[in-house]
Amino acid sequence: MNAALDVQGLTTRFDTRAGTVTAVNDVSFSVEPGRIMGLVGESGSGKSVTGFSILGLIEEPGRITDGRVLVEGTDLRAMPPGQLRSMRGRKVSMVFQDPMMTLNPVLRIGDQMSMAVRVHERMNKRQALARSRDALAKVGIPSPEERLSAYPHQLSGGMRQRVAIAIALLHRPAVIIADEPTTALDVSIQGQILAEVRRLADETRTAIVWVTHDLAVVSSLADDICVMYAGRIVERGTAEDVIARPRHPYTRGLLDSVPGQHAPGTHLPQIPGSTPQLSRLPSGCPFRNRCPRATEVCTTEPPVARFGGHTALCHHPLEAA
Amino acid sequence: MSPLLTVDRVSKRFPLKATLIDKLTAGLGNRRAGGTVHAVTDVTFEVARGEVLGMVGESGCGKSTLGRIVSGIYAPTEGTVRLDGEPVARGRDDHVDKLTTRVQMIHQDPFASLNPRMKVGETISEGPRIHRLVPASDVRARTRALLEQVGLEGAYADRFPHQFSGGQRQRIAIARALAMQPDLLVLDEAVASLDVSIQAQVLNLFLDLRRDLGLTALFISHDLSVVRHVCDRVAIMYLGRIVELSPAEQLYAAPKHPYTQALFASVPTLGTGRRAFRPIEGEIPSPIDPPPGCAFHPRCPFAGPRCRAEVPRLTASGPGRTVACHLNDGGVGLKEAA
Amino acid sequence: MSDVATTTGETLAVPSAAPIETRATRLRNFWADFRRSWVAVGALIVIVALLAVSFGAPLVAPQNPYDMASLDWMDAFLTPGETGTGGYVHILGTDNAGRDMLSAIFYGLRTSFTIGVSAGALALAIGICVGLTAAYFGGRVESLLMRIVDLQLSMPAILLALVLVAMLGQGVVQIILALVVAQYAYFARTTHGAATVERGKDYIEAARSTPLPTRRVLFRHLLPNVLPPLIVVATVQVASAIALEATLSFLGVGLPLTEPSLGSLISNGFKYIHSDRYWLSIYPGLFLMVTVVAINLVGDQVRTVLDPRRSR
Repeated sequence: MNAALDVQGLTTRFDTRAGTVTAVNDVSFSVEPGRIMGLVGESGSGKSVTGFSILGLIEEPGRITDGRVLVEGTDLRAMPPGQLRSMRGRKVSMVFQDPMMTLNPVLRIGDQMSMAVRVHERMNKRQALARSRDALAKVGIPSPEERLSAYPHQLSGGMRQRVAIAIALLHRPAVIIADEPTTALDVSIQGQILAEVRRLADETRTAIVWVTHDLAVVSSLADDICVMYAGRIVERGTAEDVIARPRHPYTRGLLDSVPGQHAPGTHLPQIPGSTPQLSRLPSGCPFRNRCPRATEVCTTEPPVARFGGHTALCHHPLEAA
Repeated sequence: MSPLLTVDRVSKRFPLKATLIDKLTAGLGNRRAGGTVHAVTDVTFEVARGEVLGMVGESGCGKSTLGRIVSGIYAPTEGTVRLDGEPVARGRDDHVDKLTTRVQMIHQDPFASLNPRMKVGETISEGPRIHRLVPASDVRARTRALLEQVGLEGAYADRFPHQFSGGQRQRIAIARALAMQPDLLVLDEAVASLDVSIQAQVLNLFLDLRRDLGLTALFISHDLSVVRHVCDRVAIMYLGRIVELSPAEQLYAAPKHPYTQALFASVPTLGTGRRAFRPIEGEIPSPIDPPPGCAFHPRCPFAGPRCRAEVPRLTASGPGRTVACHLNDGGVGLKEAA
Repeated sequence: MSDVATTTGETLAVPSAAPIETRATRLRNFWADFRRSWVAVGALIVIVALLAVSFGAPLVAPQNPYDMASLDWMDAFLTPGETGTGGYVHILGTDNAGRDMLSAIFYGLRTSFTIGVSAGALALAIGICVGLTAAYFGGRVESLLMRIVDLQLSMPAILLALVLVAMLGQGVVQIILALVVAQYAYFARTTHGAATVERGKDYIEAARSTPLPTRRVLFRHLLPNVLPPLIVVATVQVASAIALEATLSFLGVGLPLTEPSLGSLISNGFKYIHSDRYWLSIYPGLFLMVTVVAINLVGDQVRTVLDPRRSR
């Protein structure tokens, strides 16, 4: 099957006072239609920058220095800016953690949605409104007709995020990049949205990149998982494989440190230290000074991996089952 | 043994400040005008010395307000909060005088809870210095010892907060609270903003401190698995009220309140694999005008007529367990409906 | 990386916190950012030079314009570049009383700076107290104080200053008082705005729940965090105080000519502007303009550098 999104060797650098840092380092993955890819990492791992880089939304002092972003076979990076803009919202759209990044606080929901429709397609206002109403209904918003005349502040946080997702879906894009879209929401609301997103991916065949720090969320939502650390994808595989049989020591440590699977009151297994600053990464493998399996070779040679199937970017990966 | 903390029938209401525009639009259905937020309603519980009580709920359930009342930052509108029989704070609404140093609070966001322009050493030592908890000559040594106790270097005392990572800052906030030699710690979502691996480190620190110092704590969190890991008993809150209060083990084994059950079912957990969620239907109602009767009835699959009319009381349900649900207290009134 | 023994007995690698930033390096960074604008650096050099010649006036000025004995009516209205009875060149000429204009301007600048800075400092102190009190206590105190401030801000500062000077009379102290009353409101408003934001932050709540005394929360926790925007307002207000003083003196209600300030010099020279003796008013006017513009340029750059939205 052809991939909806194929990212190859994406690299994004930022110029900071401390020198140039590589926030996204040679990131490659692909997502097929109707599948959800969980892009997991802790803060500073580069997961969000990866999401923004895919859409070319990187501003000074950052720049995308390398790589290809193929959406249904066409390379976004090779496009002139005007054409890229017309791709955004139509072929690729984004859902942010804060829905107010998408929503205009002074416009009614219906007005901004129909505007978004008519940016890319010629149709009259009434048709656009009808299309908007359908989109709202599709993301499970009750009485969508009424919501069209509401202002964003009249909706709850969960509703706003649903509207943002509906806007992202307006043009039946091939790919949606969702950056921590349920992190700010309550669990019961998050549960509702995750259920809707899963259903939408299955029904609309949209490929979704779900950027998050929450392992539990991806484990129950995603089909595939990429784990990021210090700008690199360190492990990639199906959700089931990565969660149940992690191969990278970092993934393993991350999974182990989630409470709830250990006897109450006992010490949680912890990864020592904290995420390194991108400007002062250790030589060799960036994880080596927190890694229980590190050896001499890890300090000198950066690990390389040929991705395919369930792989880890590690000199000493854990046994694949 | 008498409990350390007694919270008795505490309610907290915030009047919404009505602006001129709100008053003018009151007739147009503007709810802000003259409304009241019922943040906490009729909450009663006790915490025994050495116990960690978890306080769980979604946003707007009043758990943070309750934490602030216990910490002496807000005064309750009704009811009393006593520590060893002594009131924690005195005052009403805006003007609160905290009467004790024995309750200390740890905030959620370590990037906001430390004064960015004060060295962390001073942040830690100013409380004990001003309240003369330690002799002036020992202040420096004590600050260093506290930093080491929370897993940092004593020499970090001379640095500013922005030089630390989130996890380190949370350790500093813990050191600041411990410096006051509190009898009760209130942790308000203290690990919620930390990365998983850092969260594990801080939880381990908390468990160690608990063991070494015999801490008593009110642990406020939305994260069910974190609460399960560190708490002895757990209170579940919904829209300002406690709906279930139970020893942690029993609660997680068999939640009794329909809300608790629904909450447990909608939380994604590791290892369950891809599956259909069973999310709770509907939205959390506004605390400005909570539904009559049981606040959960509009979303509850078991709701009956009685639930819409009568507020359920917390009643005993097994050893050490209480549940506020009519199912547990004479039925939801299906017969009356029929 | 340094390894630290935790209470857990395990070792926990704690990174020695980011690039270490002390007060000194913070200042260095500030300067590095400030330096990016050549205009601002130029303006700063101008200000420093003007400060040097004005406060060093007794050393660098050829004449003491306060000393009536050193004035010679023979020297009146010398054009710039002429040599007077003192035997030195009057670079900017002399006025109707035979004052060397350059000296008068240096001394006048000193008066202007003194008035501007002390009025600014006093207004800052009062504004901070009003703004902090209003923001911290809220309720009626806040309403009352901020309504007074708003009322004042709705009136032009010059009008207020005029009325006050008319009531208080002439003199340096009176002028400063008038300027303080006219200007504290700007500081109060800015302090109040910043403090209202900071007051809601957790570190203030943490300080209150320790509990720490109110005075300490106000001055050790709240104040240091509202200072940055105030520094910007302060520079701009010093410039505007200098301009206000000049305006008052020009209108004849400020300082008398025996205590020359830039305003009174311009005012004096204005009388002769139609008799081709342009230098009497043009040069003090130029100095006034350069001073005010330079201070504003520096203030602007400080604002840019301190802007929290400028992320890096």
